[in-house]
Amino acid sequence: MNNTTNVMIVGVGGQGSLLASKLLGHVVMAKGYDVKVSEVHGMSQRGGSVVTYVRFGDKVYSPVIDKGEADYIISFEVLEAARYLPFLKKDGRIIVNSQEIDPMPVITGAADYPERLLDKMTELGIEVSAMDALALANEAGSPKAANIALMGRFSKFFDDITEDEWLKSIEACVPPKFLELNKKAFYLGRNS
Amino acid sequence: MKEIMLGNKAFARGLYEAGAEVVSSYPGTPSTEVTEEAAKFPEIYCEWAPNEKVAMETAFGASLAGKRSFCGMKHVGLNVAADPLFTISYTGVNAGMIICVADDPAMHSSQNEQDSRHYAIASKVPMLEPADSSESLEFTKLAYELSEQYDTPVIIKMCTRIAHSQSIVNTGERVVPPAKPYEKNIAKYVMMPGNAIKRHPIVEQRTLDLTEYAEKTPLNRIEEGKDNSIGIITSSTCYQYTKEALGDKYPVLKLGMVNPLPVEKIKSFARTVGKVVVIEELDPVIENHCKAIGIEVKGKELFSIMGEFSQSVVAKALGEPEKEGCTAIDKLPVRPPVMCAGCPHRGLFYTLSKNKLNVLGDIGCYTLGAVAPLSAVDMTLCMGASISSLHGFNKALGSEGEKNTVCVIGDSTFMHSGMTGLANVAYNQSNSTVIILDNSITGMTGHQQNPTTGFDIHGDPAGKIDLEALCHAMGFNRVAVVDPYDLAETERVIKEELATDEPSVIISRRPCALLKYVKHKPSLHVDTDKCKSCRACMKIGCPAISFKNNKAHVDNTLCVGCGVCQQLCKFDALLDKEGK
Ligand SMILES: Cc1ncc(C[n+]2csc(CCOP(=O)(O)OP(=O)(O)O)c2C)c(N)n1
Ligand code: SF4
Ligand code: SF4
Repeated sequence: MNNTTNVMIVGVGGQGSLLASKLLGHVVMAKGYDVKVSEVHGMSQRGGSVVTYVRFGDKVYSPVIDKGEADYIISFEVLEAARYLPFLKKDGRIIVNSQEIDPMPVITGAADYPERLLDKMTELGIEVSAMDALALANEAGSPKAANIALMGRFSKFFDDITEDEWLKSIEACVPPKFLELNKKAFYLGRNS
Repeated sequence: MKEIMLGNKAFARGLYEAGAEVVSSYPGTPSTEVTEEAAKFPEIYCEWAPNEKVAMETAFGASLAGKRSFCGMKHVGLNVAADPLFTISYTGVNAGMIICVADDPAMHSSQNEQDSRHYAIASKVPMLEPADSSESLEFTKLAYELSEQYDTPVIIKMCTRIAHSQSIVNTGERVVPPAKPYEKNIAKYVMMPGNAIKRHPIVEQRTLDLTEYAEKTPLNRIEEGKDNSIGIITSSTCYQYTKEALGDKYPVLKLGMVNPLPVEKIKSFARTVGKVVVIEELDPVIENHCKAIGIEVKGKELFSIMGEFSQSVVAKALGEPEKEGCTAIDKLPVRPPVMCAGCPHRGLFYTLSKNKLNVLGDIGCYTLGAVAPLSAVDMTLCMGASISSLHGFNKALGSEGEKNTVCVIGDSTFMHSGMTGLANVAYNQSNSTVIILDNSITGMTGHQQNPTTGFDIHGDPAGKIDLEALCHAMGFNRVAVVDPYDLAETERVIKEELATDEPSVIISRRPCALLKYVKHKPSLHVDTDKCKSCRACMKIGCPAISFKNNKAHVDNTLCVGCGVCQQLCKFDALLDKEGK
């Protein structure tokens, strides 16, 4: 009913989704949009499935994204991207780190990690951009920067936000000590 | 300045701008960051108290002394602090006092889904309910004024989606109001029957005055709609969901003050619309109020009494079309939270589970000891309940229970409300075996200091309570300390303490694996020739170990080399960097 863009950032607790959502929130606010970011703290951060919602547009009311509303799902892990498919608009896009992390039922042998998930998503007609964000982050200097590498890739889908504007927001969101590392990871993601 | 801020941070900003000077809280998701953010302002004295009752009484003392004060807690924390709350309502305040209570509908991180509004009604204390970060900041400033004007503590009710959502706020300057010198006033502050009986009518009059305020205040505002066949009364997140789903289709009465609720404003709103629909999460508080003042409304007929709502929940209930997303892929394995790799609790729970003991549990990261494959915990209720329940269990079953039942309680939880349970064991002498899981931090809520850690909220050195000395002082002769990474020793001590015929305390001591000062060893690796695929190492549920190609596999990004799995492998297949 309005022009709001809905982005879900999903992954496994502890993977750094809070920094990714902070960065996106910052960059779109600087651009003059109204924005809401809904995060998960507490229990679910202990290695559970986590989801962060980022919504921006002229006027944003709800902090959450509902089934069939997400324009983008940015996922830090393959299974988690698949888990939130019902939230994705039919013409939505997935940007996913190709890393697979076994959840506890798989570790204990109660379940198997589903096979061919990336293919299955593509077969459903979804635009999937898969990337090895961990490898890019390692190349930049630390596996912890995988989140920013992923955001670099995501940034390519927004023509109206310039590279410079992204970099300014990275500067605002990342401690100076890790700035170079994260900038590098961002570039590697953006150019992947 | 325009900034994007977490609801809780905006709340803290409001405390700062309103000149708050003393903050005492106990952590609890989703309330914790209000206090953590307030602690970043050097102008505000901030502390973690041992529990919510202590925090509220500390804030009361500061208000009495003439400084604006604050205490924050999660919904269940208000159960603990209910005792002072109900009587601070009678005494009123000197300088303004705000209480934050954060509800958790859908139980993202909680053991129940209670609705805190009942406390505001029962204690006759006003309650404001912001709907985004900007209101969190503004309502906090206003709440201090109301507190001082009406001589009452004011509760601000948050919920997960307001507390943990960021939205845009406009920040302002800090203005500290003139101090209100402390004055002795026995009739106002000494709540013995003869004085309290005179305070009660003051409280009732205050509620009448505040109801009048509720009629006029812009906190409760009407937004026009295009179609008056329906009028919606709502607050907090439900207001946002309503606007998201319906825009300005129907008129909305948005309530920012949820106790006391207005009467005339609701009646006159109802007169302008066809049908009145109340949209509120959890209990029908606004709905019942409307019914009590003779307004016919629809509420829980259309909406659940449980869980969180969203824009589509509102849309569906009001007959709007639903959106459809991509097709789901079936049978995806769930991903529940787990204890971290190298968590000190894991070795202890493995030992309890191996010995098939009854384990009365408590609340913290170690509640995850109940999850497969450890499945070691039999019960968790509320903070502190482990020790007191063990005492009751053992009194009921005698030696039948005593020989194979223990309780587990974290260091923060023990300080919160475990000490009184332990006093009961010491006093009424059950032969109980109490295990304190001392990981030197309050882990579950995101690593806050507590009275046993030796550091304050800023991480600076502070008083440190000696657990062993405390237990000895209570009269326990048997106080043992074990390292839960050492499985054999842990098992030996637990068996020994269960076998003795006097009560004992076992302190399982090892700092949380996520603490910055903890030095980790390099990751282990698996010698796949030696690995006989027996899966013995899988019994501890470490997220770093999985099975790949029918052999154990250690994820070197997660493993912290704690060595617990090594002790389970009979074939020496799990090796450290040196190949040992
Ligand atoms: C009355 C109450 N206050 C606060 C909480 C939130 N809470 C859950 S667990 C916990 C403390 C856990 O710390 P600790 O006992 O040291 O165990 P750890 O998580 O470190 O293992 C807190 C504060 C709660 N559940 N109930
Ligand atoms: S945060 Fe610390 S105490 Fe909690 S599960 Fe992780 S290692 Fe264990
Ligand atoms: S040493 Fe074993 S139990 Fe400890 S973290 Fe590594 S894999 Fe997990």
